[in-house]
Amino acid sequence: MRAPGTRSARGIIVWAALAIILAVPLSFAASSPQLEWRGPIYIAAGFAGVVGLALMLIQPLLIGGYLPGFTPYQARRVHRWVGTALVAAVVVHVAALWITSPPDVVDALLFDSPTPFSAWGVIAMWAVFLVAVMVALRGRLGLRPRTWRLVHTGLVLVIVAGTVIHSVLITGTMETLSKAALCALVIIATLKVIADIRFRPGKRNPQDGTIADAR
Amino acid sequence: MTDIKLNRRHLLTAGGAIVATGMTGLSLPATASGLAPTRSMRGGSNNYRPGAAIVDRIGGGGFWMSGTVRRAGDGTPLAKQRIQIWAHTTEGYESDPQSHGATLTDENGVFRLEMPQIVPAFGQPHAHLAYDSDDFKTVFLRPIMRSARQKSLEAHFVLTPA
Repeated sequence: MRAPGTRSARGIIVWAALAIILAVPLSFAASSPQLEWRGPIYIAAGFAGVVGLALMLIQPLLIGGYLPGFTPYQARRVHRWVGTALVAAVVVHVAALWITSPPDVVDALLFDSPTPFSAWGVIAMWAVFLVAVMVALRGRLGLRPRTWRLVHTGLVLVIVAGTVIHSVLITGTMETLSKAALCALVIIATLKVIADIRFRPGKRNPQDGTIADAR
Repeated sequence: MTDIKLNRRHLLTAGGAIVATGMTGLSLPATASGLAPTRSMRGGSNNYRPGAAIVDRIGGGGFWMSGTVRRAGDGTPLAKQRIQIWAHTTEGYESDPQSHGATLTDENGVFRLEMPQIVPAFGQPHAHLAYDSDDFKTVFLRPIMRSARQKSLEAHFVLTPA
């Protein structure tokens, strides 16, 4: 295990790769021709969704210990901050869509939307909020680490599946290929960290199951 | 057992058709299994603005919204029926007044209205259409474009008397 913060060649490559992987879909969305026909609030709504999807790639990388430069403790703290940012992105996404077209968002929230992707987005939204509530009440819930991890992982799978279906079915500001690639990476990273934690018990942090030294 | 069920279903279907035919004021026996009325689509009435003016064209045009209006049962084309159209286009949101317009069907029950290019909104490039006059039951449609590059879109109404 390298000392945290080491500016190793591998560290630079990993971070540069992540920066590029996230920058490509974000910049495609930021330069979408669709933006010409949208006002600032609608643009913000769409972009919050894209940012939320991007954050969902960072989350498993952090908790799996795949991002160099963090101690496991630091990685978990950053994971929590990124999680908070994800909640904020979801709130901005839904609120700004609501301002843009209230009846469409009401339909979506009531699972009465004609668009099949809306329901998936709403399911993922509730799962994100549930995780946030669980984190906020973690001390009071008194769940055993194993139970906590099971519930968290279950909700994460709902969030990832719901979000990926939601975004792939949408004709919006994201460019098709870069959207598909980002979605695929989110799925791969999520499944990898779940598999790593599940099948490498020796490396588990006994407190919460995060991998202590997988870097 | 199965036979009885099927028979009963047939009986109900035929009976329902006769009742429906009677209610629509159509007495042609040949239309017992006639054209069913179009049902409103989910989300069809979103951002509806009652009383959109009849216009020659919505905004600058470039995109054609067309379709037919017929009577349920016998499928008779309905002339002079007012159809309202709105969408998120290159010139405005669905909720913007300038995105709305109405047109009348011709003697063949056909309507055709030029409007600005529809662009994807809320995940799908789609239009909204309404029949909301007094003679027939109100119907809201929300047809979807297969591709955002399409330059035209069709929607068809089969109306049943109010």
